[in-house]
Amino acid sequence: MEGVNVDNPQSAGIGRVRAWRRFREKAIETFFLANGLFAVLVLLAIFSMLFTEGWPALKRVPFGEWVMSTEWDPTSPVRESYGILALIVSTLMVSIGALILAVPLGIACAAYIADVAPARVREIVKPVIEILAGIPSVVVGFFGLVVLGPLLAKAFHAGNGLNGVNGSILLAVMALPTIMSVSEDAIVSVPQELKNASLALGATRWQTLMRVTLPAALSGIVASVMLGMGRAIGETMTVLMACGNAPAMPHSFLDPVRTMTATIAIELGETVQGSTHFHSLFVIAFFLFLMTFAVNLVSDIILQRVRKRMGGA
Amino acid sequence: MPNPTNHIELVTRDFSFYYGDFRALTSISMDVERNRVTAFIGPSGCGKSTFLRSLNRMNDIIPGTRVEGKVLLGGVDIYGKDVDVVDLRRKVGMVFQKSNPFPKSIFDNVAYGLRIHGERNPSAVAQRVEESLRAAALWNEVKDRLDKSALDLSGGQQQRLCIARALAVKPEIVLMDEPASALDPLATQKIEELIFELKKEYTIIIVTHNMQQAARVSDATAFFYLGELVEFDETKKIFTNPKEKKTEDYITGRFG
Repeated sequence: MEGVNVDNPQSAGIGRVRAWRRFREKAIETFFLANGLFAVLVLLAIFSMLFTEGWPALKRVPFGEWVMSTEWDPTSPVRESYGILALIVSTLMVSIGALILAVPLGIACAAYIADVAPARVREIVKPVIEILAGIPSVVVGFFGLVVLGPLLAKAFHAGNGLNGVNGSILLAVMALPTIMSVSEDAIVSVPQELKNASLALGATRWQTLMRVTLPAALSGIVASVMLGMGRAIGETMTVLMACGNAPAMPHSFLDPVRTMTATIAIELGETVQGSTHFHSLFVIAFFLFLMTFAVNLVSDIILQRVRKRMGGA
Repeated sequence: MPNPTNHIELVTRDFSFYYGDFRALTSISMDVERNRVTAFIGPSGCGKSTFLRSLNRMNDIIPGTRVEGKVLLGGVDIYGKDVDVVDLRRKVGMVFQKSNPFPKSIFDNVAYGLRIHGERNPSAVAQRVEESLRAAALWNEVKDRLDKSALDLSGGQQQRLCIARALAVKPEIVLMDEPASALDPLATQKIEELIFELKKEYTIIIVTHNMQQAARVSDATAFFYLGELVEFDETKKIFTNPKEKKTEDYITGRFG
């Protein structure tokens, strides 16, 4: 520290600058905290809005009927019924069907692009698949209505072909780019050293991919699946157009189904504001919210476990 | 050539290596002897690491590379058409400069090589894991926490874990690419003692930047410069009475 004079009058100036910097750091910190709190606040506001709007209907109709009954007929002149079980099952069926198609395909595609394909192929294929994400949902639904529907009708003798499997296929197409793209990023970011270690032990590329690369990328892959699931559960227009919209309990993927989102979209414009029917649609939204919340929570817990098992980092 | 009474493990003849149009190694011919430590020294970019990685064909991963000449292991050219690279790498293990344990438990790290080669019997796996960890002088430090993540170990422990992992599949040769360059002096000393022990059972080839390390651990030393093998002889001779002027200049610190 030669050349520094402790009694230098400038040392007082140094003190002032540090105070200013501390203030600035604090201000930035507060700003980020405020942003985080705002996001939580919005979430709580939506949650409480759904609950208070749904409350009149929840109060009127016994809780058992909501979740146990498969009968959804709020406008019946004889007896109004508010069972949303069929809608919940339809939503889960279409979403899970979509994931069954999209997850293996998406991860395989990601692994191919990240680990196998030459750079040239990667540069072409990845953007092309990502463009899929930009197709408006109404266009995808239209495709289901006029192309996929007739095809399915012919292949399975399934009415007009507007049914659960149609919706699943379309949602899979819509979830695929997300799953593929996010998984690919995760796989690419696995350090080359880990792959080298595996290869140097005499592992084949396949063994390295399955036992080292994919496990190391697992948190990103799970995140991609959750994003895809979120897209599938929440998607409205596509399933509304392609699923046949029969609000009854589906017995197979070839039955026409109506999801929770489609029900809200179809009926909200036609109800009397303030009626039990009106409020019951908020109850559906409330349950939908709980479902996506549960999906996120479970995936978070899984991720935590995975990270713990993999250790640190 | 060094000590002719020992058996020859690995032979290279006129081996050249190209990254695209750039020739990184020129016509290397060398006989590596069994159960000895052979050190590769030379300034950065001299090709010593490239040569090391050629011996288990890890350079295959890099696109646009090409070789000429021969590398014979047990009389078989490892660059021959019908050579199984997977089997080659099982016989010629490798320890990297930067320790690279898998994000798995300590046990699973060492067991990895056994499992990919089809060992299903849990007690056989457990036994080999213990043997390997003992051989890498790590067993006493980790025996009570084999199920803990390998990433919780210190840098030196991680590197010895990587050595144990390489030993688990019973290689004939262990290649070490500056295995101690990222470690503190104490951890380095442990690795060096380990290398001394390991040569009883394995043939070791080590790349090092540290000339004292080469002098301490190796029996034979090869000096590389600009992609050529300048001199290869008994370590004692290289460090006390080198034939080539360049070797002398390098080991006395006149360049490098």
